[in-house]
Amino acid sequence: MNPDAATIAAGAPIEVDLTPIASGQDIKVFWRGKPIYIMNRTKKQVEEAQKVPLKDLPDPQTDQQRTKPGHEQWLVVIGICTHLGCIPIAHEGSYDGFFCPCHGSVYDTSGRIRQGPAPANLPVPPYSFLSDTKIQIG
Amino acid sequence: MSGPSDFQPTNPALKWIERRLPIMGLMHSSFVAYPTPRNLNYWWTFGAILSMMLALQIVTGVILAMHYTPHADLAFKSVELIVRDVNFGWLLRNMHAVGASMFFFAVYVHMFRGLYYGSYKEPREVLWILGVIIYLLMMATGFMGYVLPWGQMSFWGATVITNLFSAIPYVGDSIVTLLWGGYAVGNPTLNRFFSLHYLLPFVIAGVVVLHVWALHVAGQNNPDGVEPKTPKDTVPFTPHATIKDFFGVSCFMLLYAWFIFYMPNYLGDADNYIPANPGVTPAHIVPEWYYLPFYAILRSIPNKLAGVVAMFGAIIVLVFLPWLDTARTRSSKYRPLAKQFFWIFVVVCILLGYLGSQPPEGIYVIAGRILTVMYFAYFLILLPLLSRIETPRPVPNSISDAVLAKSGKAASIAAAFLIAGGLLIGGAQNARAEDSHGGASPPGNKWSFAGPVGKYDRGALQRGLKVYKEVCSACHGLSYVAFRNLADPGGPGYSTAQAAAFAAEYKIKDGPNDAGDMFERPGRPADYFPSPFPNENAARAANGGAAPPDLSLITKARSYKRGFPMFVIDVVTQYQEQGPDYVAALLQGYLDKPPAGFSLPDGSYYNTYFPGHAIKMPKPLSDGQVTYDDGSPATVAQYAKDVTTFLMWAAEPHMEARKKLGLQVFVFLILLAGLLYFTKKKVWASSH
Repeated sequence: MNPDAATIAAGAPIEVDLTPIASGQDIKVFWRGKPIYIMNRTKKQVEEAQKVPLKDLPDPQTDQQRTKPGHEQWLVVIGICTHLGCIPIAHEGSYDGFFCPCHGSVYDTSGRIRQGPAPANLPVPPYSFLSDTKIQIG
Repeated sequence: MSGPSDFQPTNPALKWIERRLPIMGLMHSSFVAYPTPRNLNYWWTFGAILSMMLALQIVTGVILAMHYTPHADLAFKSVELIVRDVNFGWLLRNMHAVGASMFFFAVYVHMFRGLYYGSYKEPREVLWILGVIIYLLMMATGFMGYVLPWGQMSFWGATVITNLFSAIPYVGDSIVTLLWGGYAVGNPTLNRFFSLHYLLPFVIAGVVVLHVWALHVAGQNNPDGVEPKTPKDTVPFTPHATIKDFFGVSCFMLLYAWFIFYMPNYLGDADNYIPANPGVTPAHIVPEWYYLPFYAILRSIPNKLAGVVAMFGAIIVLVFLPWLDTARTRSSKYRPLAKQFFWIFVVVCILLGYLGSQPPEGIYVIAGRILTVMYFAYFLILLPLLSRIETPRPVPNSISDAVLAKSGKAASIAAAFLIAGGLLIGGAQNARAEDSHGGASPPGNKWSFAGPVGKYDRGALQRGLKVYKEVCSACHGLSYVAFRNLADPGGPGYSTAQAAAFAAEYKIKDGPNDAGDMFERPGRPADYFPSPFPNENAARAANGGAAPPDLSLITKARSYKRGFPMFVIDVVTQYQEQGPDYVAALLQGYLDKPPAGFSLPDGSYYNTYFPGHAIKMPKPLSDGQVTYDDGSPATVAQYAKDVTTFLMWAAEPHMEARKKLGLQVFVFLILLAGLLYFTKKKVWASSH
């Protein structure tokens, strides 16, 4: 009952052009049926995310671990709440990150869980920068 | 089903069969001669009611499956086409969907009955455990069935419930992928759920056979909880129990028919009339009412794994009930303390159900935690403790003694019925839990189609069609309505020729022709209203990022919170016009200037009734915009009312046939119940 060959083939890596995403904005792309948020964070958001002490985090991870060096303003996360799989809304909630409308989990600007029943941070999908304005997810 | 039968058919052919397969003897000893305690009350008819519901669900389900398409792109539409085009498809679908709720309602009564009268105690432990297995199978079946229409609540319910398994340490994620057959809930998930939803009812039927077998080996429990000792304590199953069960079933059918014919959507969720969209989570995900207490338990625990364990534990604990409650007195009738705590437990379950339908915020979370503790305390602390400290009242020597000493206790039974009804209704609150964030409640209207004999106002339908065609259709589709429907009985009342002429005014894209090209031709009656945009993205791009929704189902896909106690009263008054009230109010709810202090985003308009108030649709109607030929006032209020009536018909084209058949069914059922009642009295005359 595991995914069949066609489903696996359709889950091949995709390329995303980042040029249309202005600072402070985000887009949602689908990969393997999952929504992926690509967020061009403002300087303020990046600073906020970087200076959070790890002891304040239920699932401790630094912002550096969740972004690629040299491309700190780009946050790429799978937009699926780690609680029960709803899609969190971007730019909402008390940490200016994501807010899940189903059971009230709140994520920060790095997609890390800060409040609510979700046990873990929003996962970062495998991706790499092909150039400064293009990434490959998968 | 216990032991050999002494039944001997007289017909030689039947005799021949009986010698080789004693099936008639089996039937005779199980359902005719079988001795049944003579003091059973009406709570014992729910076994028969449940058998009937299982049979009805299987019959309607098999026919529905003949018309249903289990594909992510087609499922939603195929369900709509069943309701609109299949002969009596609306009846089949309502019976099946409402039937699921009724099935669970009956099973809850049946389970509480067992709990109250101690029907799980020695020697009926296996009987009880088989019942818990049936209940678990029912929950799985019900959940997968709810996914099949592939609406928003189907999709997101499936996502949330399958994700429960991801809480299992180490292997959780692999299990979830295995359930999905993909990387997210999608077409493979729908396909396997359809397959399992078709399979499980037959598994249930098999376990039901075991359940009845175990019942007939141990014998039925009874309200006094003393085993039958002499033949005086029992009566033969036929005619006594048979006729009583028939009467109980006919009364239950009245309740069932009330929902089928008059409020088929009351127990459902408005969001499920929106096709599944993997990119948008509804604001408030609620399961069907019958899962709400367990959903409340899940949410009241802040840890994911612990929440899931508690939720499943709440059901599994029932398996151990025979060993948790070791009191020797069976029936709570003779246990003064257990009786009171039983009713407190019933209230706890109803309140948990209510909380499950509410958003998980503030006081609801705290209340949910207290009630969760109470739920488990009842089984794990209270029942074991009570069996040690409680002094039961003396039980009667025999069933016939109890029957002779019987006194009137109709009042307590009536109260019990009220509370049981509350369980059903309390849960149904979920349908009302949507869309209230930041939108005012729309004012009520007098609709011609409301109430048990409501009919569509033909004039309003025709005017509404004109408003749709001249105004709404510029942006909104009506893709489930065909031109031929305009001539259907119970619709706007056009002739077939008029509908054909109406269709011919439209250009319909067809093809490819022999040269392989697409071409346009005039519409035919069989064509559907063409949508203004080729796809959702085009609609979104042309409308500032918000795609105008298709209007075919809009009056059923929108609702607002009625709140307590209105949602209870609605069951009696048959109020179910939240959708039309909302649509009519929205069309009239535009303000030129937002109230002070409200910052309106660019490209949005202020609407009093729209959730969040900022709507992307500009004010669509203004006075005098559409010319009416019949002298009705050309005002926004009149336009809004007419077009809403038209859209209600578009969403529910067989409403008049539904209500008409409902009346006939009610007359029939009331007569049947009356006749059965007097027959039952006659049969039981000598036994009381």
